Amino acid sequence: MELTFEESRKLAYQIRQDIIQMLDFAKSGHSAGPLGMADVFVALYFHVLRHDPKNPKWEDRDRFVLSNGHICPVLYATLARADYFPVQELKTLRTFGSRLQGHPHRASLPGLETTSGPLGSGIAQAVGMALAARLDNKKYDVWVVSSDGELNEGNSWEAIMAASKYHLNNLTLLVDRNNIQIDGFTEQVMPLEPLRDKFEAFGWHVLEVDGHNIEAVVDACNEARSIFEKPVAIIAHTIPGKGVDFMEFNYKWHGEAPGHEDARHAMQELRTLQGKVEPE
Amino acid sequence: MLNPDLYLNLNLFDAGAERKTMREGFGQGLLEAGEQNPNIVALAADLRDSVSMTKFAQKFPDRFFEVGVAEQGMVTIASGLAASGKIPFTGSYATFSPGRNWEQIRTTICYNNVPVKIVGSHAGLLTSPDGATHQALEDIALMRALPNTQVVAPCDVHEARKATLAIAENGKPTYLRVMRPPIPVVTTDKTPFRIGRIDAFWTSKKPRATVCAIGDMLYYALCAAMELEQEGLEVEVLNVATVKPLDIDAILTSAKKTKAVVTVEDHQKAGGMGSAVAEALSQTYPVRMKLVGVDDAFGQSGTPEDLILHYGLGQKFIAQAVREAIASK
Ligand SMILES: Cc1ncc(C[n+]2csc(CCOP(=O)(O)OP(=O)(O)O)c2C)c(N)n1
Ligand SMILES: [Mg+2]
Repeated sequence: MELTFEESRKLAYQIRQDIIQMLDFAKSGHSAGPLGMADVFVALYFHVLRHDPKNPKWEDRDRFVLSNGHICPVLYATLARADYFPVQELKTLRTFGSRLQGHPHRASLPGLETTSGPLGSGIAQAVGMALAARLDNKKYDVWVVSSDGELNEGNSWEAIMAASKYHLNNLTLLVDRNNIQIDGFTEQVMPLEPLRDKFEAFGWHVLEVDGHNIEAVVDACNEARSIFEKPVAIIAHTIPGKGVDFMEFNYKWHGEAPGHEDARHAMQELRTLQGKVEPE
Repeated sequence: MLNPDLYLNLNLFDAGAERKTMREGFGQGLLEAGEQNPNIVALAADLRDSVSMTKFAQKFPDRFFEVGVAEQGMVTIASGLAASGKIPFTGSYATFSPGRNWEQIRTTICYNNVPVKIVGSHAGLLTSPDGATHQALEDIALMRALPNTQVVAPCDVHEARKATLAIAENGKPTYLRVMRPPIPVVTTDKTPFRIGRIDAFWTSKKPRATVCAIGDMLYYALCAAMELEQEGLEVEVLNVATVKPLDIDAILTSAKKTKAVVTVEDHQKAGGMGSAVAEALSQTYPVRMKLVGVDDAFGQSGTPEDLILHYGLGQKFIAQAVREAIASK
């Protein structure tokens, strides 16, 4: 049951509301990254990935690795909306005994391929999964989401080199290019540009998309599947905090949860698609 | 009772007693150390504010280096700076530094024996809602196993400041362990601090057990001492602010009086402060020991209270361990 793109856009706004509510309940956690990646996650889980929420261990499923684990509210909300577990459970985020750990823990929740939070380890794990698929003659693809900040980590580039050496055409990396990290804007903290050229110099095929255009993200992923020679990096240009006016572009919201009042304003804005529609 | 000679915070046990973060003490100490010694430099790995380096960075922008999310780069760059006469302070969460970059610390800092300071923030279960990935429970073990190091773990904001000033001038590779949330202020500005010295924070006339506590656990140990005193069980509580070099004389003096030692730490039992005390006592003056700490487990998300209870670290568990240690003599 594939959603229309119109339904997908609405779902992304629903997921943004889930994120705000989760953070409001938890009173800690990350806002900017999760809100910015809602559209990409809807594209992946509702249009791209071959997966079965009722059978999360299905052998031939596509593997999805979240490298920047701190944006897990968007992953959890998407998994819940995709029917991996009850939406109700989202409000247990970060509480004692919850399956929704502050950073994703593989053994805690079905649908998680790995544990993450410590940055810079996801691309390499995805390389390992892509190598294993090839060894086992499996047709599944491996998808990994990484942030721009974690491209500071040497291990990200060690993996990028390895993927190219082994021509891992079954591997696609989506970079959340939102230009922020904790200490400020990426180009001030540790410049990444020219990022496209870096990937190309390392032997990757590079696509760039507007990370808020679900259709464009889906197209890029389909194109990535069809590239035969090289691993593909999709640089998804996103707005941190997307959908909540006072959070957008502001790196201060990287690791802050909204207070109750802020959350109320955020919900209001999200319900009306930033004032574009009447509340239902 | 609280040792009257140490100028401790006498309001410690009051409801609403002052709480502050150790990180704040570190940040203040780093600023002062920087003012006193122009060779002090600081490096951050995209956690400048989280580890409280902002004051230093603002005052000494030329002596502050932001390397991005790159803990291996941070400590190896620091090693080069130290080899060239600088005294670098590096800071990140303890799971990442000294967690991720341990071999680089081992070879380029400890084996080279250059005075880089590794500040591991957000140590212990107190890094609560973030979950196991962010709760460093092995950092003391990692750093005390390395030759040439000193390992310092303050108990509050004031001690963190003094420890920072002291390690700035010790000429050694040094690990400083600090925690994230505000915790009770146990000491005052006037409380003495020296690397390698252990003080008895709680003393009694006829102590029947010695409690060695470290970091955030010191407060709980003091609460347990009070609880036990009301039962008529007298103890001595030592603040093990330096794990290495370990002040074995102070521990021996107390252990000879009590013949029962309980250690308490927000860290794995394996390789932590309790292990260090056990290694020392077993070879000099073996006594009954109980180790309170995390028992070969990862942490998880929760509030500090949830976790301290779940992993068996709080006041109640310390008091129980003391009763058992005394009973088994
Ligand atoms: C190895 C490691 N070092 C440091 C951190 C702390 N940290 C968490 S998120 C983050 C910022 C990274 O930038 P990015 O992922 O681009 O942030 P976002 O765009 O989501 O705000 C840092 C330094 C970490 N999680 N892992
Ligand atoms: Mg970013």
